[in-house]
Amino acid sequence: MSEKIKRFPGEELKGADIRVGKVPTIRFRPRVRYLWSAGVAMSRFIEGLKEGKIVASTCEKCGRIMVPPRAFCEECFKPVDGYTPVKDTGTINTWSVSYVAGDASRIKEPILVAVIDMDGASTGMGLLHLLGEIDDWKQIKFGMRVKAVWKPPEERTGNITDIRYFKPVKEV
Amino acid sequence: MREVAIVGVGSTGFRAVTPDVSYKEMMFEAATRAYQDAGNISPRKDIDAFISVAEDYWEGFSIFDEFVPDQLGAVLRHLFTVCGDSIIGLSTAYMLIKTGHFDVVALESHGKPSDILTLYDVVQFAMDPMLNRPLGGHPFFVAGLEMTRFLYETGNTKEQCAMVVSKNRGNALANPYAAYGADIDVDDVLCSNHQFYPLNQLDVSQPSDGGIVMILASNEVAAELSDNPVWVKGVGWAVETPSLETRCWSDAVYARIAADMAYKKAGIGNPSREVDFAEVDDLFSYKELQHIEALRLCRPGEAGLLVEEGETWIGGSMPVNTSGGNLGMGWALEASGMQRLLETVLQLRGEAGSRQLSDVDVGVAQSWRGVPTTTGAVAVLTNY
Amino acid sequence: MVGKKRVAVIGAGMTLFRRNLKETGKELAWHASKMALDQAGLELNDMQSVVMGTAPDAFDGVHMKGEYLADGAGAWRKPYSRVFVGGGTGVFAIDAGWWHVASGQFDTCLVVAEEKMSSCYPHPAYAFTTIFDPIYSRPLGVTLIWIFALEMHRYMHRHGIKKEEIALVSVKNKRNALDHPCAQLGANITVEDVLNSEIMCWPVQRLDISPTSDGAAALVLASEDVAKKLTDNPVWIDGTGWCIDTTFWTNRDLYYPRYVQCAAQMAYKMAGIKNPPKEIDVAEVYDPFDYKELHHMEGLMLARKGQAPKLTADGVTQRDGDLPINPSGGLLGVGNPIAAAGLMKCCEIFWQLRGEAGKRQVKGDPRTGLAQAWGDLMQYGSVVIMRS
Repeated sequence: MSEKIKRFPGEELKGADIRVGKVPTIRFRPRVRYLWSAGVAMSRFIEGLKEGKIVASTCEKCGRIMVPPRAFCEECFKPVDGYTPVKDTGTINTWSVSYVAGDASRIKEPILVAVIDMDGASTGMGLLHLLGEIDDWKQIKFGMRVKAVWKPPEERTGNITDIRYFKPVKEV
Repeated sequence: MREVAIVGVGSTGFRAVTPDVSYKEMMFEAATRAYQDAGNISPRKDIDAFISVAEDYWEGFSIFDEFVPDQLGAVLRHLFTVCGDSIIGLSTAYMLIKTGHFDVVALESHGKPSDILTLYDVVQFAMDPMLNRPLGGHPFFVAGLEMTRFLYETGNTKEQCAMVVSKNRGNALANPYAAYGADIDVDDVLCSNHQFYPLNQLDVSQPSDGGIVMILASNEVAAELSDNPVWVKGVGWAVETPSLETRCWSDAVYARIAADMAYKKAGIGNPSREVDFAEVDDLFSYKELQHIEALRLCRPGEAGLLVEEGETWIGGSMPVNTSGGNLGMGWALEASGMQRLLETVLQLRGEAGSRQLSDVDVGVAQSWRGVPTTTGAVAVLTNY
Repeated sequence: MVGKKRVAVIGAGMTLFRRNLKETGKELAWHASKMALDQAGLELNDMQSVVMGTAPDAFDGVHMKGEYLADGAGAWRKPYSRVFVGGGTGVFAIDAGWWHVASGQFDTCLVVAEEKMSSCYPHPAYAFTTIFDPIYSRPLGVTLIWIFALEMHRYMHRHGIKKEEIALVSVKNKRNALDHPCAQLGANITVEDVLNSEIMCWPVQRLDISPTSDGAAALVLASEDVAKKLTDNPVWIDGTGWCIDTTFWTNRDLYYPRYVQCAAQMAYKMAGIKNPPKEIDVAEVYDPFDYKELHHMEGLMLARKGQAPKLTADGVTQRDGDLPINPSGGLLGVGNPIAAAGLMKCCEIFWQLRGEAGKRQVKGDPRTGLAQAWGDLMQYGSVVIMRS
């Protein structure tokens, strides 16, 4: 019936008019704060980062070594059998170059991001992280080998950013 | 005629804080228990649809449903989220099975309010941004407004409300799932701090963490999964209005509409005679009385007399909130309604331990989404 | 379908889609609902139930925004519920409306989808910063476009697909949108325009992306008995499907949306569809980014893996092609008020199957249509199959 409908409702406003207050608005910033319990699996992960390790969890039923770690195997639907560190090296699965920040504003120095398949974890078990020590982003390649660059131990806080970024490595 | 049964339940129980587990791990435990209870089914192949009941700001995420599938065994399965009350979730599972396309449906809800540092600011964030929010104040003043009008119009009293608190906190002592069992008398309630007049501190439920999962099945497969299925005979749910300016302040209109819908489906004409017991929302003490009246379990204005005369206590003619209600089990956000369902199922199965009622066949569970909403749901359950 | 109830769509409505609309979310929901009811020849009192589809609360800036929107959606004193599956919500809302009626619980259901993204100020993108895990993702500063760029890049890499091939989707959809009276970004652009637009997050460029929008859409659903009394040409909902994949998106090979395939299989099975490319006459495929249309055509099994770009280049997906995709103009052209955009796709299939799409009408006499949406951390698929 869209052809029978003569007029579709809605009155367009200009963003500029909103910004200069030509349009009545109400401004409100919510006070919403959270302190999540990290839980069993993620506590291991956080503790591992402080020690310069990337902790994975293992399931003996399907044989997977999973990163990020989890308390239960989602495929087998059972508790995992243990936790083990994987290597801090890996292979670029996919990558991107970001020129925009979280608020959609543009940034001068682009952020290099990648999903990195971690060595020692099961095939395709990737971690999202940043890339660094790359002069020109056109040098990034699928399948490129990378290694974590850690903050010094005294600066680590148990955060994913205890790894500053991953840098390219030449294979021996 | 296709019928719907609850064939498995699982819960973590409820506690004031749960710093030892993440919300995912909490959900995993409840799900594991429910699957085991439902004839040890596998979520990886035996469940046709999964429903999670959740709200973004209760969790601290936008698009929280992203974080749900793994711990329910629902990866690459047919899962979705209902942003509503958990008895609306039950109604959704009921409808899915009634279509004839689904035989087994899992329903999940949880609350982890201890993860929220600014819980009451989040509640306030639910209020109308132009008309109400700028007025400020703790959002529970809405409940105070309603209690004032409810008591004024019905003649129920503050003392009777205090009796509800005493009863429910006492019932909770016999419920291992409850977070707030306590031996409290009417004077304790009446002498507790004024909070949102006429509500005193002990008239208000306290937050609790916990998760519940239930498995529903069609009559065609229910017998394979459970020796004691509990039948969902009718469901109903409704919203009155979000507006504080136009809502009815004395009567729980939403609960009345929902109950009438559920009773009609269940073929119940005279609820006060045909219903054996009820679990109703009591996030605030007066809400239990208001909801009992909306559910037509007594005549208008007489809910207070029921509690005063012992009829709604364990051993009375119409026991209400044997679980301890929300006052006893805690306010577990959207899982609050599912607590009511859980107790109804346990009573109908004869698994309610020391608070077990004798000879009960028909139970009603009712929920409300809390301040500032006028949304609620009702389910009529039987064990035959 | 023996012993199972059939559900019809008998009315559709929508508002303009714009970056900023004056109307509040409630008012937008009301406009769309009113139009859908008028088109069906019904009044609000005839609606026995209401379903709301709307995406994150963070857009409208109201916690439990389903409750807040209830009166705008016509739910006053009615059974009302909100479903939410991220970007998949719009198409999922019609699936939810379907079970309200198919269950026999109700004879009618009003399905409403609303999004007021502009309330999230100064930019709706803020809402997306809280969609990620707070431990292993948020501290990195991850944004929504990052993760889609990572998916697009993987898809291109696995099949050797070029940016030029993908840009054709943006060109097609923005051109189609010129004929849509509600469209925000209808335009005649070229592949070069897309390739020369500013880089957002390589390989995603400005013209690869749909805009942020305000808007609403609504549908009226009815049981077979009610529908046949009201209209000679109801459109039937014959298949619904949905599926979610693991939260751990970095553990999946992003080149293929297996969750969309799973959702499609559910819907095809319900509708008795064995050969999708042959049996589907017109499809509204979720296209918040140009590559997603191709990716989803493959997930929906409308094209073989890696073959969707060829179909596009060959003109098969144009309005006058053999398998028209997004004749409305899609999200790239009409706009992307998340849940409302998904339901807009369902409105379009409704209009196409009734032959009422005007200048947008696809050739021939389409009998079977599909709408699909996608959401969450590249993990949700929702699908509906409709027949005239």
